[in-house]
Amino acid sequence: MNKHDFVIRFAGEGGQGLVTSADALARAAAQAGYFVQTHSTFPSQIMGGPASSQVRISTTPVLCSGDGVDVLVALNQYAYDHHNEDLLPGGVTIYNAEEYDLPEGGSYFGIKADELAKSTGNARAANMVTIGAVAKLIDFKLEEIDAFITQRFTRGRDGDAEIIEANIKAVRLGVDVASTSGFSVGQLEAPNPPDYQQIVITGNAALSMGAVAAGLDFYAGYPISPATTVLVWMENNLWGEGRFVHQVSSEIEAINAIIGAGFAGKKAMTATAGPGYSLMSEGLGLAWMAEIPLVVTNVQRGGPATGLPTKSEQSDLFSCMHPAHGDIKMPVLAPGTIEECFFAGALATNWAERYQGPVIIVSEFGLAERGENIRRPDLTAISNESRATVSEGDSGKRYDSWDGSTPLGGMPTPGGAGAYVANGSEHDEIGDTTHLPRHHVRLMERRFKKLDLLNGAHYEIENADADVIIMPWGSSKGPAREAYDRLCDQGENVGWLYSVALNPLPEEVKDILKSAKKIIVPELNYLGQWSSLLRMEGYKAESITQYTGLPFRPVDLVTRIIERIGAGVTA
Amino acid sequence: MSKRNPEYDFAWCPGCGDFGVRRALQVALEGYSVEHEEPQANNVVVAGIGCSGNMVHLVEGDQPFGIHGIHGRSLPIAFGVKQGNPKLNTVVVAGDGDFLSIGGEHLGPAANRNIDVTAVVMDNGVYGLTKGQSSPTSEFGAVTTSTPLGKIETPVSPLKLYMSIGVTYIASYYSSKPRVLAKMIQEAMNHKGFSIVHVQSPCTTYNDTYDILKGKPQEGIKGLAFEIPEDHDPTSVEDANDLLSRPGVPLGVIFKKEGQTLQDRYEGLMARAPKRTNDELLDSYLLQ
Repeated sequence: MNKHDFVIRFAGEGGQGLVTSADALARAAAQAGYFVQTHSTFPSQIMGGPASSQVRISTTPVLCSGDGVDVLVALNQYAYDHHNEDLLPGGVTIYNAEEYDLPEGGSYFGIKADELAKSTGNARAANMVTIGAVAKLIDFKLEEIDAFITQRFTRGRDGDAEIIEANIKAVRLGVDVASTSGFSVGQLEAPNPPDYQQIVITGNAALSMGAVAAGLDFYAGYPISPATTVLVWMENNLWGEGRFVHQVSSEIEAINAIIGAGFAGKKAMTATAGPGYSLMSEGLGLAWMAEIPLVVTNVQRGGPATGLPTKSEQSDLFSCMHPAHGDIKMPVLAPGTIEECFFAGALATNWAERYQGPVIIVSEFGLAERGENIRRPDLTAISNESRATVSEGDSGKRYDSWDGSTPLGGMPTPGGAGAYVANGSEHDEIGDTTHLPRHHVRLMERRFKKLDLLNGAHYEIENADADVIIMPWGSSKGPAREAYDRLCDQGENVGWLYSVALNPLPEEVKDILKSAKKIIVPELNYLGQWSSLLRMEGYKAESITQYTGLPFRPVDLVTRIIERIGAGVTA
Repeated sequence: MSKRNPEYDFAWCPGCGDFGVRRALQVALEGYSVEHEEPQANNVVVAGIGCSGNMVHLVEGDQPFGIHGIHGRSLPIAFGVKQGNPKLNTVVVAGDGDFLSIGGEHLGPAANRNIDVTAVVMDNGVYGLTKGQSSPTSEFGAVTTSTPLGKIETPVSPLKLYMSIGVTYIASYYSSKPRVLAKMIQEAMNHKGFSIVHVQSPCTTYNDTYDILKGKPQEGIKGLAFEIPEDHDPTSVEDANDLLSRPGVPLGVIFKKEGQTLQDRYEGLMARAPKRTNDELLDSYLLQ
């Protein structure tokens, strides 16, 4: 049976090369012209503990991690026991026969990968034995794996040829075991390679790259899962004249350092996750009040407190919109795909400059570390906005009133004209503290009015006149989109609404929301945060929530959305 | 009320030590600008929260840039300003509560990095703006509004603290002689690295320590403040530690050490870092 899409999961213990195996298969498939997406779960520890890494291979772009697993590679009994239930009908498990045995008669077969790898003369080729067996089960072309191995191990060293030969032999040994087992899960259809140049990148790397493409030149951060890779990316790449990157001593230092840098004229960012984001609250209030351009990326994980550091959740939306005390509504960009991570990084950097204030990117564990092949972004199409500044003799003051009818006044740069005090206390035109009502009124209005300047984020509208409209946000876009496509195929009358910008919402999106009779928001939290915010605006929104620490499965969303359609529309 | 801004409605109490520090800071900023032939706009004053924080609005004459931020965070903000533009002369003004209590966690990293920032700390041994609570430098047993039966924590010794964490310029003075203090602040600004000028700046309303500091011979009070002996070698760790083991408040430069600033070290790193364009960076992710 031909299939266009397979999910292969490697499950076992951290440190067993699970991610390496999934990545190798993903890269081989991507090089062969398929679309791939990886997804890993692991406990918050360095080595050991139950972990898994999977790859979804498809002839069309992959939207999410899927409904379940076609091929499970279970390296220990625990992994088999816990992942077997995710096996899709017709799926097959390859178990580690060196570690445990299963009774005869199930949809599985054992493999002794270490022993077979040793017979090739290269004990380290065990994962290639397994990949060979997987390839046979999905009828993946062996030449493609050979080509990948050849490329991976051609490193210009003595012994390359032997390593390549041993790995190719290991693949064949795995193929033999799978052939003997008699199992198959179908034939992977021929790829349909895109005609554009592709990159293979994770969400955090894409977001970092996007910010730098828009001119980001200052980064301060503190390690925290799952945002650490943004710090590491910056420490390894944000080099060169006029740029600065530093690991600081806390998230409190990070936010205040980028406030100082943003004030001094830099395009500055930090990235963190829930606990660190909470520590940044007061600083974010200062940045809003004093109007300092900067970007804070919150890569969400499960919360509250330490919560679930390496799991998927979308439960920080309230605090992203309203991070601090006082009247604040932050600009929020919520990318839902790896490509959107790139463009959100760039747009947030530009927004901060454009409206002279802080911008939040809310990403998610499920996006941060997953690898995917996407179109190589065209850097010449990325704008590089810089804040308006002032020159000697300008009559405007830093904190003049502003009603949106004229261009926003310039922000003086230290060292140049227009000296002022960037003040977190309410202030007058030059930033001196004041308690006079008229200043609080006019500047409150200025700070909110400036949000009108923020547009240009990606949005999607389809079947907008349907009775029920599905509106996911962030990383739930993928599974929701797959569910939406299936519902449409089934003839259900549903609409689709999606916006990377959650604040401010594009006018076109607001128009749909105003007239929609029922908006269903799939989101990974308990409170139904996005639908709550939409209801605050008077829109008829309700959530489908999940708080397991795992992403949605499209199959579940289809069932749950149909239930809501069945419930009808209330007047 | 400030001279430049009649609407500005904050005022220190009569006799507040911060008046003297303000005068000294102003003279030092002007002196630094003249010495380096830079505009006043090249100076950035980063203030914390408290009576001392209002300093940033009260500097007269040509205006520096300023930040009046949040409580305790003036050092990390100043770090960002300085690394954002190393050409800016960046000065923190903070009180003992702001600098040593809520902001105490930032001292170590600032010293480890040897950021090229000058901190002028106004120590009045009390939280004045909130009307007289115990501060990190309030004496043991001090009766304040928050310690009605006496403070039961030992006070921090700021100068010993600075010395122990490796601050590379440490001076101690009081607010009564602004011209002398100004010279010390300007010298601190000229110091390459993290410099702290710790100033006894009495609160005439809640903790008037003028007599205790300067003494009142007619009442038999011997002042705590003493001039640093001429043979003191501020480049010597031993001399500095000896000085700080004496009771009282030394007046003068306690310690100074030349060395690389964070920016010097950073530039050293960057000289070794490969240069890549954004396109080259993106191409490192190309699917081969």
